[in-house]
Amino acid sequence: MSTTLSNPSSTQAQSAPPPFTTRAGAWLKANLFNSWLSTATTLALLYVIVRSLLAFVDWAFIHAVWSVPYSAQGIADTTVCHNVKGDGACWAIIADKYRLILFGRFPYDEQWRPAIVVFLFIGLYVCSAIRKFWGKGIATKPIILVAVMAALATLVDDALFLLIDIVASLVGRPYTQPPAVLSAVLGYIDLTGRYVFMVATTIIWPMVGVWVITLAAIGVLMSGGVFGLSAVPVDYWGGLPITLILATFGIAIAFPLSILIALGRRSTKMPAVKMLCVLYVELIRGVPLISVLFMASVMFPLFMPPGINVDKLLRAQIAVILFAAAYLAEVVRGGLQALPKGQTEAADALGLAYWQKTGLIILPQALRLVIPPLVNTFIGFFKDTSLVLIIGLFDLLTMGKIALSDPPWQAFSTEVYITLAIIYIMFCYAMSRYSRGLERELNSTQQR
Amino acid sequence: MNQITADAPMDTLRDISRGKPVIVLDKVNKWFGSLHVLRDISLSISERERVVVCGPSGSGKSTMIRCINRLESHQEGRILVEGTELTDDLRSLDTIRREVGMVFQSFNLFPHLTILENCTLAPIWVRKMPRAAAEELAMSYLERVKIPEQAKKYPGQLSGGQQQRVAIARALCMKPKIMLFDEPTSALDPEMIKEVLDTMITLAESGMTMVCVTHEMGFARQVADRVVFMDRGEIVESGPPHRMFESPQTERLQLFLSQILRGH
Repeated sequence: MSTTLSNPSSTQAQSAPPPFTTRAGAWLKANLFNSWLSTATTLALLYVIVRSLLAFVDWAFIHAVWSVPYSAQGIADTTVCHNVKGDGACWAIIADKYRLILFGRFPYDEQWRPAIVVFLFIGLYVCSAIRKFWGKGIATKPIILVAVMAALATLVDDALFLLIDIVASLVGRPYTQPPAVLSAVLGYIDLTGRYVFMVATTIIWPMVGVWVITLAAIGVLMSGGVFGLSAVPVDYWGGLPITLILATFGIAIAFPLSILIALGRRSTKMPAVKMLCVLYVELIRGVPLISVLFMASVMFPLFMPPGINVDKLLRAQIAVILFAAAYLAEVVRGGLQALPKGQTEAADALGLAYWQKTGLIILPQALRLVIPPLVNTFIGFFKDTSLVLIIGLFDLLTMGKIALSDPPWQAFSTEVYITLAIIYIMFCYAMSRYSRGLERELNSTQQR
Repeated sequence: MNQITADAPMDTLRDISRGKPVIVLDKVNKWFGSLHVLRDISLSISERERVVVCGPSGSGKSTMIRCINRLESHQEGRILVEGTELTDDLRSLDTIRREVGMVFQSFNLFPHLTILENCTLAPIWVRKMPRAAAEELAMSYLERVKIPEQAKKYPGQLSGGQQQRVAIARALCMKPKIMLFDEPTSALDPEMIKEVLDTMITLAESGMTMVCVTHEMGFARQVADRVVFMDRGEIVESGPPHRMFESPQTERLQLFLSQILRGH
């Protein structure tokens, strides 16, 4: 009898949620001061945190020097900074050098161009992050045909140019331009092809069009030579645009490439392709990025016929793409592996062809599974682009180092590195925030 | 008792409506490594015929029906579906898969697509049907399996029984001539088995050619024209359900039936 009586009350007690404390005091007591050990730890940590925070605020703001006087020759007088060294930060170095750090040796009066480029890149990232913008445009057969034809024309045209160059150099003549008429016709086809391709892709898939046009605008702004902009050779590019170019093109091209490699590596019907993909991944993964960059900058030109000069940035870009693709391919393969076999079988049973099955069923699910490691790799490669300093390209980090080589400012590396760190953190944190948002969004609709 | 009396006239009706053979297996052999999973399987299934394949686990029944749409490939013998032989030729394989629908034990719905998208995907991409027409078709089949109101939901939001009914609707949207069922109720809770079986019975009554691997003997009795009993990779015995269940000829079938009945 007693058990039957006590039963309802005990089940009631079990089913009721534990008392939820909303008051801060109760939370603190429960979590930070619940025993003498935890109280001691809390107090000790609090002391350390407050002390270091105060010290940092003191150094970074209260005792900081924000500007220094300049001599008549324009040389900075950094005695004030030297006097407070150790007690206060010398942010004057940033005020003095920020344009050098951000834009490198780009002609000073033309630096509005790389500045716009940086904003274009950021705008591109923001637009791409809004999934609403990825909607379909108008994709009718004639427009697709026009886009493909234009792309083909441009490619064939470029190939012809390259062929003429190679033949000219192999024949032994000094490197010369092809005949003027041919060159003019080829140039005309090339330009028209590009414009038509851009317009057509924008109609078919607006977001892809936005990318193509923005990247073209970035190219024009950086190198100039058209629309009355003075030409700036790649050797003068530097700072943040170099970092953004290497990272954006690197990831944007390496990612689709990595998907193909991952699919190739899992292919059962094409053993040769599979072998090639395995070989590629293992080879590239087995060597440091620095050595791939060295290969690209030193060895690659040796294999090219004389007279053909692929510029340094492009070579570094290709190296970054090849390297990133190998790593991303393994991440993608992880996602493919994790997908239940039933999904492929169901797609097969419905009669979907290989690319339909892959594009509609397998990849959408596999890529969702690997968003965290994918973004992890993206972030890693964003920072790894700083290794191009080894082959003499002036990315953001390299420009920071160069700024520090100016004699009056040599002692103030901390300030420069903190600034660089903040720039890197902004980009990387944005990526990580976006990926978390994406995961949440996809999970909320899918509810698996 | 009434089962037999009800079956007798049905059998004759079915015999009249039965047409040409649409699935022919001729001395099919298959090995997984050194394991001989299909031994000289010969079976001919006619148009509008309903065949139930049963047998203990590991007897090769799933492998056999997976060979019919070549989710598994056989190593010896011939399989003809609708007169086309199954080979490595991709084009003939595509034609066959278009005509053969399959329902799996674990549903295998696409979790990233809504119920409606699951159903319209293949008609749009394989049959090249316009989206609006495909959606109309899908809704009509979802209504037939009695879940049109779930069309906008994702598979993860549905119960197992509902998911399996969607899987049946998805296969039917391709307007297949043959439907294969690979243990469609084995992964379901008992209370959901009935709703799926009811859907299958309705389908059987509409004259679809069906091959079902199942342990549901009640279903076999009610709709099957023929029951095929497999054990250790070979067809041991086959015949109309009442003969198979009431007077099994072989010892192995007797043993199997006694185990099934004891289990129930």
